[in-house]
Amino acid sequence: MESLQFAALVTSWLVPGRPLFVLIHILGVASFAYIVARRMVPLLRAERDPRFDQPLARLGKVLKYWLGQWKHPRYKVAGTLHILIFGGFLLLAARAFTVLIVGVAPNFVMPGLSGKAGLVYEFLTDYAATVVLLCMLFAIARRLLFKPARYAVPARYGKAHTGDAVFLLALIAILMVADSLFAAAKAATPGQPTELASSLSLPWILKTALASTPVPTLGRLYFSAYLGHEVVFYFLLCYRPFGIQFHVETSLFNIYFAKSDTGTVKPVRWGVNDEHLNEVKSFGVKRFEDFTWKHMLDFYSCADCGRCSDNCPACAVGRPLSPRFISIKARDYAFQHYPMFGHVGNGKPFIGGIYSADEIWSCTTCGACETECPLLVEYIDKIVDLRRGLVDDGNVPQSLQKPLQALESRGNPYGKMEKKRAEWANAREFQQLCGIKTLDSKTSAETLYFVDSITSYDDRLQSIGRATAKILNHIGEDFGILGSAERDSGHEVRRFGEETLFLALRGRNVEAIKRSGVKRIVTADPHAYNALKHDYQGIPPAEHISQLMARAVRSGKLKFKPLENTNNVYTYHDPCYLGRHNQIYDDPRSVLDAIPGIKRVEMSRSRDRSFCCGGGGLMLFYEAKEEQRMGVQRVRMAEEAGANVIVTACPFCMVNLEDAIKVAGLEEKMTAIDLAELAARQIMNEGQTSESAESVEAQQEVVVGR
Amino acid sequence: MEILVCAKRVPDTSDNELVLNRAGNDIERDELVYSINEADNYAVEEALQIVARVGGKVTVVTVGGEDDEEILRREMAMGVSQGVLIADEACRASDGRGIATILKAFVRKDHYDVILTGVQAEDGAAQVGGMLAAMLDYPFASLVNSVEVLEGNKLKIIREIEGGNKEISEIDLPCVLSIQTGINEPRYVGMRGIRAVASAPISTYTTAELGLESGVVGAAAAKVKREDYFVPAFGKGAEMLESNRKENIEKLLELVIAKGGLK
Amino acid sequence: MARIFAYITHRNGVVDDSADELAAAASRIDATASLTALVTGCGPDLDNACAALRASYGEVWKIANPALAYPNAEVIRKALLGVLPAGSTVLMAHDHFGIDLAPGLSVKLNTSYVSDVSGIAGIDGADLKVVRQEFGGQVSTHVRCDISCGAVLTIRPGAFKGHGEVSLNGSVIDKSAGVGTLTTGRRYLQTIVAEAGTVDITKHNVLVSIGRGIQGKENVAIAQELADALGGAVSCSRPVVDAKWLEKSRQVGSSGKTVKPKVYLACGISGSFQHLAGIKGNPFIVAINKNPKAPIFHVANVGIVDDILEFLPELTSKVREMQGVAGK
Repeated sequence: MESLQFAALVTSWLVPGRPLFVLIHILGVASFAYIVARRMVPLLRAERDPRFDQPLARLGKVLKYWLGQWKHPRYKVAGTLHILIFGGFLLLAARAFTVLIVGVAPNFVMPGLSGKAGLVYEFLTDYAATVVLLCMLFAIARRLLFKPARYAVPARYGKAHTGDAVFLLALIAILMVADSLFAAAKAATPGQPTELASSLSLPWILKTALASTPVPTLGRLYFSAYLGHEVVFYFLLCYRPFGIQFHVETSLFNIYFAKSDTGTVKPVRWGVNDEHLNEVKSFGVKRFEDFTWKHMLDFYSCADCGRCSDNCPACAVGRPLSPRFISIKARDYAFQHYPMFGHVGNGKPFIGGIYSADEIWSCTTCGACETECPLLVEYIDKIVDLRRGLVDDGNVPQSLQKPLQALESRGNPYGKMEKKRAEWANAREFQQLCGIKTLDSKTSAETLYFVDSITSYDDRLQSIGRATAKILNHIGEDFGILGSAERDSGHEVRRFGEETLFLALRGRNVEAIKRSGVKRIVTADPHAYNALKHDYQGIPPAEHISQLMARAVRSGKLKFKPLENTNNVYTYHDPCYLGRHNQIYDDPRSVLDAIPGIKRVEMSRSRDRSFCCGGGGLMLFYEAKEEQRMGVQRVRMAEEAGANVIVTACPFCMVNLEDAIKVAGLEEKMTAIDLAELAARQIMNEGQTSESAESVEAQQEVVVGR
Repeated sequence: MEILVCAKRVPDTSDNELVLNRAGNDIERDELVYSINEADNYAVEEALQIVARVGGKVTVVTVGGEDDEEILRREMAMGVSQGVLIADEACRASDGRGIATILKAFVRKDHYDVILTGVQAEDGAAQVGGMLAAMLDYPFASLVNSVEVLEGNKLKIIREIEGGNKEISEIDLPCVLSIQTGINEPRYVGMRGIRAVASAPISTYTTAELGLESGVVGAAAAKVKREDYFVPAFGKGAEMLESNRKENIEKLLELVIAKGGLK
Repeated sequence: MARIFAYITHRNGVVDDSADELAAAASRIDATASLTALVTGCGPDLDNACAALRASYGEVWKIANPALAYPNAEVIRKALLGVLPAGSTVLMAHDHFGIDLAPGLSVKLNTSYVSDVSGIAGIDGADLKVVRQEFGGQVSTHVRCDISCGAVLTIRPGAFKGHGEVSLNGSVIDKSAGVGTLTTGRRYLQTIVAEAGTVDITKHNVLVSIGRGIQGKENVAIAQELADALGGAVSCSRPVVDAKWLEKSRQVGSSGKTVKPKVYLACGISGSFQHLAGIKGNPFIVAINKNPKAPIFHVANVGIVDDILEFLPELTSKVREMQGVAGK
């Protein structure tokens, strides 16, 4: 009898507030709907972006990256915090909903959460709320006291974001307290049905503290907690779309609609195929509205966590690029030009506005930012689109114009003559040791060795070409090269925004490849590999030489003799376009480890956290404004890891690292070598012993390697 | 402002790929890539920047043959309003004075406030601009690396003189200027830009259409003729040190010390 | 031809080096012709210049007028036209001034014109055969010029060596009355002297000069270390300044500074004429370049085909070793 009385009492505490609560509900929901609708306006004006295919695969991504918080643990402390908070929110969702409804429909119970299930749920969510509160307090302390470097806002990007971050964290903390107080006030009322004791949870603590509180006070507390919860809940709901917390709502969609075919770059305009590109009036992104709706959603979804910029090599060397601020500045632009009330948009040009041309040219497209982002925000496509806009307007740095003109007239960025492209293969001494076929109407082969420009024309890197040929010969591959019919793969041409020139280069290469009749393609250049694999269509499948070597090692076709100098410590540098972009990490390592006597260490930043050497292709010509070279930072990392030989599997990495060794003054202490060069040097022929192999090597020294 | 830029199509030889042909009377041109003379490109960019500031239009003219049309298209893709080709046998065979005569006849058909040329082309002659100005009786300035439009039909120009010094002058319109490289940063134009102007009309003229009689220009009128190309045997030239680096360094230092080059 | 004119520039009364060179070129064209210097200006400076020229020129035509105080080619051309007979043969140096004056002068005098002459091959009837370079010095050409109506020729500085030991005791003739009114459409305003950088390369005896072969701003230090070890300074060619790897005050060349060191190391410099024009005083030139065909090897005393990025540090080490300083 008494308990019924008290049950009714509790219910009655909220009755006087019911009209207010209803009003808040209506206002809150309506405001939120209005705000979200306004936020969608620019997306409706944006370029199209087809992301509605492969629903199952997309759902899989949602499960892995959204529900599974897959990328978060890459930063342990923040990752753990976020997983707890996220888990807490998910768990608390039903509870929050129930609390909100209870103010107007007192007997509301969530379907499926009545009776025992409800009690268990209540028990779990008591702890969830506590954990979330503790996380909030820890997060606030972290922001104010520990100040992780990646949250800092460099002066040129404005004021610090700490105030806003702490404000939001505090609000969530208050929400948890209000919720717990609401539960505690009820539980402290005499005669309430007993429940599973969630000892030491916040509601439990508050309930215990309220043990001898007079009932009327409890009633007032109950009412205040409810009101507080409702107000803070709706405030947060409506405030989130004005800042980085919008990711709470957009993250699921952002991950669902994430790019599925990584490795290639989006077309100039979706729905316009190459033949009709001439009809497109303007290439690239010049104003905000030129972005696709998904890119705009990316801007909304950026959580300002700074992980991208923390791993960005351009940022690390002081170039004027910070991926985080590419997103934040664009988001602020969207908020400013698409306000809640009033006139919308003004189509102002970007470059010279929120972005500078140098900022956009600074990117090496290494992909570290995209690999790191927990929300799968895309950057490379945006940079490429912005570059397309710059190229369309003729706004290209002078240092890049010369190689681009050379690519147009000669098919290589050095301006060297086409007929000299295969000279590296025709050097007489080399031909005697290892003949290389040039594929033409009379000569054919199973496999094409696609050499690409830098390996063909650069004196130093031609040895990579010869080493690769030697390896292919040794493992019995029937291969040839295109010779002067080959053009630059155009990989960087595309990524620097010169789509038309890229299509021309690709067209010539595809024609030559098809004419040659080869069944597969191999290359030692990861940029060419990426282009052939992702940017080109209608050609035989392509592989990188490290993949062939790894297979040959496994099958026993490729054996190595022991290293002469066993004092060297080797480390492998993952090239961006072999490792991060194509996930080929283990094959090169297994080849290295197959060399008897090799001592190999890993740098702290390896595999998908590898640090870009400085970039390849056209990036070698660009004069960046930077404080240091990326290559110099990378060789210092090798030094730190205790290595004195850096092995890499990319000619551009080789150029940058060898240069960096000189600039860093490490010439006596460190050398760089290409994987193919090292492998070719260490090949043990059939029936050979170590001794006889050495004398052969001495003969070959002059041709292979340095 | 009406600006005319006189441009020339030249071989691109920045990578030292020049060889003499088998007959020994010319360079091997078969595999050369041609483009607009670098200084002329700077002149076109300067012209475009001037009209962007003060209004007007830019015309580019070239004297030669059909092949030369491609540079006109490239400059039109940059933003030039009109490309003009003056082509016939006489054009191809004229000397510098003949070219200037042809250009003068073209200029007289219309009115231009400013005529720009590049300082020099691949032959290093640096002559057409100065000649054209004298024929037209326009004031002339060479080696210009800055142009500012002033009130009252004149320009303030800066010439680059010895020691890196800058000579500032005022010049009345209409005038002729030869433009030095490095005056600005020319905009980029790629295949897409050129395709966009692929069917834009180019005015063409022959020397006859410009009112020039056959003896006045062309081979007959040329007073200066190039006879051949050759690579001179440079007598002594440098004493080349050709052993390994270490020995080269030792020998080099010996010589440098002997010349008083070491403290 | 009876008479060859040479237009001589002067500054503050000091005659330009080209005076002797033009005299030498004239005698190669026609040793029998009488040589007449043309000098413009006003005041005592002009008189001093004329006096200095009497040693190498049979006649010195002095053209004085206040309007000629500053050498404005437009004004000077007008003045010369009042004084020169039609069909004259006129030589001048191929420099900033010559490029400005000569082409228009040849049109007004109705003569032939050949610029940047680096050699005289001889006279063949009505034609003068000369040698010129094209394509930045990569090839030379023989050029035939009809001189029956006279000619204006600009001569490459340094191509002809002055005789020096001539004392003709020429006469100075005042031709100032011949000039008409000297107003033109181009008016000189002022000269801005190039900023003096922290280092004055014209004062150093040893210069380590870098060109495009240095490949980047961060490699300039390699040259600086060598310069430090040798007690010299780093200078450069134009492309290095255009790329903003060094400031303009370090540029050697016709549009940069003129230097007179004892030893000049040309590192990764191709050797264009405009650059070489800035090197005077016949220094010991060492050329280091990856390209064995670089024109610099034609004018250097010693040449080494090598990569400067590798060669220079080793050279620096060796120099330091020799000086007893621990090498890097």
